[in-house]
Amino acid sequence: MTAELVRGQNHPLSQARLEIRVSAGTPIVAGATLGDEQGRIHGVEWVAHPGAPTLPGLEVSRQAAADHRLAVDLDAMPEAVHRVSVLLALPIGAAGPTRFGAVPTPFVAVTGLDGTEVASYTIDGLEAESAVVALELYRRQGAWKVRAIGQGYAGGLADLLTDQGLPQAHQLADGINEAVAQGMARSVPAPPPRTDGDRSRQTAAPALGPDQGGPAPQSAPGPVSPQPPSPYGTQTPGGPGQSAAQPDSYDIQAPGVPGRPAPQPSYQGGTGAGDPAQPSTPTSGGPIDYSHPRRQNAAPPPPPTAPPAQPGQPAQPVAGDATGWSMDERLYNQVWGMFEDLARTTAAYRSAVDFADSRMEKELDQVLSDPRSRIGGQGDAAREAAQAKHGQLVNQARAALDRDIAQLTAEAEVVEPALPPAYASWDNPVWHGYRVPMEIPMALRLGDLHLPESEGLRIPMLVRLPLERGLWIDSGRGGSLDGSFTDSHDLRRLAMETAVAHAARLLAVYPAGEFTVHVIDPAGSGAQPLAPLVQTGVLAAPPAVGAAGVTETLTRLTERVDLVQMAVRGGAPDSLPPGFDTSEQLLIVNDFPHGFDDRAVNQLRYLADEGPAVGVHLMVVADREEAAGYGPLLDPLWRSLLRLTPVPDDHLADPWVGHAWTYEPSFVPPGSQVLQQVLTQVAAARTKYQ
Amino acid sequence: MTKGQAISLQKNDGGSLTAVRMGLGWQAAPRRGLFGSRTREVDLDASAVLFADKQPVDVVFFRHLVSDDGSVRHTGDNLVGGVGQGGDDEAILVDLARIPVHIDQIVFTVNSFTGQTFQEVQNAFCRLVDETNGEELARYTLAGGGSYTAQIMAKVHRAGAGWQMTALGTPANGRTFQDLMPAILPHL
Repeated sequence: MTAELVRGQNHPLSQARLEIRVSAGTPIVAGATLGDEQGRIHGVEWVAHPGAPTLPGLEVSRQAAADHRLAVDLDAMPEAVHRVSVLLALPIGAAGPTRFGAVPTPFVAVTGLDGTEVASYTIDGLEAESAVVALELYRRQGAWKVRAIGQGYAGGLADLLTDQGLPQAHQLADGINEAVAQGMARSVPAPPPRTDGDRSRQTAAPALGPDQGGPAPQSAPGPVSPQPPSPYGTQTPGGPGQSAAQPDSYDIQAPGVPGRPAPQPSYQGGTGAGDPAQPSTPTSGGPIDYSHPRRQNAAPPPPPTAPPAQPGQPAQPVAGDATGWSMDERLYNQVWGMFEDLARTTAAYRSAVDFADSRMEKELDQVLSDPRSRIGGQGDAAREAAQAKHGQLVNQARAALDRDIAQLTAEAEVVEPALPPAYASWDNPVWHGYRVPMEIPMALRLGDLHLPESEGLRIPMLVRLPLERGLWIDSGRGGSLDGSFTDSHDLRRLAMETAVAHAARLLAVYPAGEFTVHVIDPAGSGAQPLAPLVQTGVLAAPPAVGAAGVTETLTRLTERVDLVQMAVRGGAPDSLPPGFDTSEQLLIVNDFPHGFDDRAVNQLRYLADEGPAVGVHLMVVADREEAAGYGPLLDPLWRSLLRLTPVPDDHLADPWVGHAWTYEPSFVPPGSQVLQQVLTQVAAARTKYQ
Repeated sequence: MTKGQAISLQKNDGGSLTAVRMGLGWQAAPRRGLFGSRTREVDLDASAVLFADKQPVDVVFFRHLVSDDGSVRHTGDNLVGGVGQGGDDEAILVDLARIPVHIDQIVFTVNSFTGQTFQEVQNAFCRLVDETNGEELARYTLAGGGSYTAQIMAKVHRAGAGWQMTALGTPANGRTFQDLMPAILPHL
């Protein structure tokens, strides 16, 4: 039976060999100090920390991690030890948070070796503290007990150790931080922060090709790719009592006591009774903060406001005039809002024209069937009247459409120049000021979309990152809208160039070292288009050639998917081997199915299905006709990939009305060196990163 | 407002209405069964049918929440009704300025999806509200209205450059708006 402790509460321990599990949702340092009867540490040798992880009867981990398991053997404790304090601290020097108030509420549990929970404690109420004594195990009349402490220190480990009477507290704290910093360098970084799915609007639904699942409206799938590790990742399944709401840190405090500072720890641990080294953490006496600590709780900067509209005129458009927590998100929502508006206003227009057509047809039929219309000019008059009615309605509809298009065009004219590189086309000057980013953007522009009624108005096609499906760059002749590309060789080269431009874009918008590109080019036919990637040195390895190269690359990536899946399913994403490359992987396959045997085809299908969830993505450059020999076996593969074309093609449907939109990839302007320049910077940043 | 009465949606100050909302509210039926555990849920649905010259062009209901042109929006299906009185449990918002030029009438209907007649439903009402100022333009009490499962509530139609609303309040029977089509057509 688990005892859920509150601060200051104690619980007897019947076992001597225990494990202390810590879940924090963010990498933290875990350690333990030994104290005598007065709670004093005798010296640095009485502190277990990442730099000195093992003491008699005690072992802690060597590095910062979101989950910890500390092994404790109370029988092995020296006689002089009467107290074992388990401490947690935020790593110093990393780019991460510096106060516990900014991270998910840590949770600690004392378990037996078989995993049964004995006692648990959620350390809530922390604010500016960067180190905390979570629990202490203490001897009382020959028996060991556990007590929930939750004593935080704004001054970090140094203050914590000083409080326990260690003379060399500052030096040791520095030493611990140093050891952690070294450990961090080789540990698996925490998954990147992601925008919460619940903030994404319906507009986040991906555009679907009509042949790829139909135009039915898609509900917004939040990014389903790798979940951040559960803060309870190491908890025993079915461990009772830990409701999902627990990581939410809300200060339990009587409402109606306005102006009361944030609660001080009601229990003062060890020698700290009445100690002036109390963490001075009271924030301004605000109301109860129910916000989830992982959510951004500062108000986002206000969106730019449009100047007041002239009477009778639509408001002047402003870039970023949409909801969102960042400019990135606001622009994303604005672009999707424009996409929806254009889809709907065009739907209104088409519906009106259809109606006008059918009405005129009916009226003309009536004229024909009416015997009176044969007399004199009556028939002609009726015919003209029907046509005039038709023309009038169509003109009205067109006027409404033109009004909306003009407004959207004006909006596009202010939005396009404001777009960040990830959302911008290659001819946008923002690419000339390109710098390797520090964060993954919300989305990536894969090209432009437009409708025949509004040729001039191009909507950026933004897809969420990380990619949720692989890409298929269609090199088949069916991909050519006007049939102008009769030379299949040209089309293939163009398809590969398009693939390279997409891959370059992905490489450029990820932070250094967080995106890795592999290429399979069985016959070497893609050498020329691949040159920008190969020459700048941004590829993980030279393009794999021949059947052996295909097999080797596919096997490596398949194994990677298996490994990450196992780790994620096992709830231990931190358990990947040290040095494991955690970047997102993209595999470009040229000339599929050339060089593929049945096994390789199956591996590719596996990667398409299972890869995106664990950060392995596909970009297949292929002519579907050439794979026709596999029959329906490959249909699921094509369906699972988002089809893009190297030439304008109207195959993408919007998620609201299902119009067929003409897709056009973003081409690098002829003669422009922007691609090379960007890739050179990416390569330089990669070298520095490694 | 009484059945068949037409009101212009021109405002007194000469400006015309730009947005109207049809609201529908009801209360879940009392629980039944020995232990009060067996629920009798009541699911009423609000729908709006867009007509161009008596031809249905688009429908907004719980399976198609936004008209293709975006001018008519349903706030979402409510399967059980409200626990209290007052608020709208389902609402349909109409942006009159954005309705496509060929649409000349919009008919609002209410159906009992779970089949109870309005006699059995507590505190059911539907109303039309001027969305810009919250003023109620029309209100019907459905409860106790007879053993019907549907009502054709009102229509909003073009009149000159603006719009006019006519209260219909015709009882009918049917599970969804499709069943009501024969009953709607005479009102167009």
